[in-house]
Amino acid sequence: MIGDFIGAIGNHGGRATPSLEMHESEVGFQEVIDPYARADFFISFGEAGVNLEEGYITFTSLPAGLQLKVGKMRAAFGRVNTTHNHVLPWIDRPLVSQNLVGGEDGIDDAGLSLSRILPSPKGLFLEGTAQVFRGDSENVFSAVRRSDVAAVGHLRAYSDLSESTNIDFGASYARGHSPFADGKNQLYGMDATLRWKPLRRAIYHSFVARTELIWARTSVVPSLLYGIISAIPVPPTFAAPPPTLVKPFGFYVSGDYQINRRWIFGGRFDRSQRGQCVPTNPATAASCTFVYDPLGGVPRTVPLLQDTGGSFQLTYVPSEFSLIRTQFRRAKYGEGLTANEILFQFQFSMGAHGAHPF
Amino acid sequence: MFKTHSTLAALLLALIPAHAASKINVMTATQDLAAIAREVGGDLITADSIAMGYQDPHFVEPKPSFLLKLQKADLLVVVGLQLEIGWLPPLITQSRNAKIQPAQSGYLDMSQFCNILEIPQGQVTRAMGDVHPLGNPHYWLNPDNGRRIAKALADKFSSIQPANAAQFAQRYADFDKRLTEAEKGWDAKMAPFKGRKVVTYHRSWPNFCERFGLNVVDYVEPKPGIPPTPAHSLELINLMKREGVKLILVEPYFDLRTPNSIASNVGGTVVVMMPSVGGNKEITNYFQLFDYDINLLVNTFSKMK
Repeated sequence: MIGDFIGAIGNHGGRATPSLEMHESEVGFQEVIDPYARADFFISFGEAGVNLEEGYITFTSLPAGLQLKVGKMRAAFGRVNTTHNHVLPWIDRPLVSQNLVGGEDGIDDAGLSLSRILPSPKGLFLEGTAQVFRGDSENVFSAVRRSDVAAVGHLRAYSDLSESTNIDFGASYARGHSPFADGKNQLYGMDATLRWKPLRRAIYHSFVARTELIWARTSVVPSLLYGIISAIPVPPTFAAPPPTLVKPFGFYVSGDYQINRRWIFGGRFDRSQRGQCVPTNPATAASCTFVYDPLGGVPRTVPLLQDTGGSFQLTYVPSEFSLIRTQFRRAKYGEGLTANEILFQFQFSMGAHGAHPF
Repeated sequence: MFKTHSTLAALLLALIPAHAASKINVMTATQDLAAIAREVGGDLITADSIAMGYQDPHFVEPKPSFLLKLQKADLLVVVGLQLEIGWLPPLITQSRNAKIQPAQSGYLDMSQFCNILEIPQGQVTRAMGDVHPLGNPHYWLNPDNGRRIAKALADKFSSIQPANAAQFAQRYADFDKRLTEAEKGWDAKMAPFKGRKVVTYHRSWPNFCERFGLNVVDYVEPKPGIPPTPAHSLELINLMKREGVKLILVEPYFDLRTPNSIASNVGGTVVVMMPSVGGNKEITNYFQLFDYDINLLVNTFSKMK
């Protein structure tokens, strides 16, 4: 069981989160089922309800070096999307995750995942993953029909540069039915992680630098956004304009340095575009500026807004089983609003010792 | 004719890797287990390990590069008692190797064969620190447990390759004989210092200290896995003064500042003991591990007279 308590003070700039919140209580059940498979279930209890964050069976004994997972799982898109809250090095998720990949929930859906370690030159670890999901992930994919399944592909390349230093690259692709129009949503991602941890002093010092770049091509219907300005009557000819494609891009760069056994200092820079009025997680303040112009009609395109932010984190780790973290976050959102916030987090775990994150 | 010769040559070439592949591919969690496996397996096996001898075996990064080794292993040998709980389970799951999954024939937990100390009685809570509820996992630091590990490995190798059982048995017998001889030497060296009181950083040394007659009075860590605190260090200084303890044993992966500070307050000495094969370049096999640590202790005790 992992408890995650989060607080926030300051000006949220339009993306409100609670001042104090028992954000999540996650219970994990992990067990070998039989000689051929194991099961992993992670159920998160929020203040508002219960969510099966992940629940899947992993077949560990397939031929040809294949591994199959079946169930509900976080998609292998990039790095942040695969990561549970309590393993993140930040209290929040980067703007690009919030804007383009569904935020905290992310691409998390029922499906099948097949992966294989690929042949590679000596010293290089290559892993390919192909996944098929039902196609329902809030703000990312929405399955209207059975055929609206989502597909995700990921290629990982890892290499030890020395016994202390290693580098990890990833390329990701995801496609599914857009929740904003009868069309596709496609995501392309690149990620890189550089880790340094001297083995003799592994418990005292380490450094991790990571970045993730995501390009989206999302079908959006401008009229979908009319509900927000529904006070203005819209002529029938504009009721169902054809989908238009928005192509936002976003990225983050972050680094964490472990100063000593108990203290870790880190920073992150964020920049992400998003289609105006296209939902984010946490939700962006509605400020859609589509105004029906009787002469010009309804805009046929969705303009892009750009959010930029940065944060510093300081983490204190009393033991392997708890941490206290504070994060100063400044963000300038595309609508012109600026956030200056201090977030704080208390995290703790009970029960069996979990695996260390990597 | 040429075609026939080519085919035969290709077949012969194909047989060469097949012969090489007949060696048992052993992966171990620590270098100690790999060292003992080499003693028993000789050139009938290949042995490689995940954790290095100079790193804290509780905190190993589950790097994907280890998966490449685990994927091809015939046998995975682990310390057990939850020593590797933070890093080995995800590596095993992701290895795509059915043989080495827990409870399969290629998964061998050595703790089941060894004499385990410090098995907690009663309720275990995290308030006690990172206590291993199944007992202290640093059991390879008693040569008798090394002998038990070697016997279990010889039996396992024999079950994998029955045709070579006699060779494994012979190699085990030879290891047992050499270990018995070495123990006599180590005992003789340590005999003058039997009963000496020491402080250790972590609870890594109960098997070693019990075997060679050292008396551990306290630890630099206030509780297992919990970093030193000023209050506990002060208590420790008072205890060491009261009991006349002059020696602090520290593993190579812990910071020396606190032990040095404590030692300077009591007029004592800090020695960096090697808990594993590979702890430094001099220690490449199981015998050298005890040679190194015992010589270090004997030299230190001798100077402290």
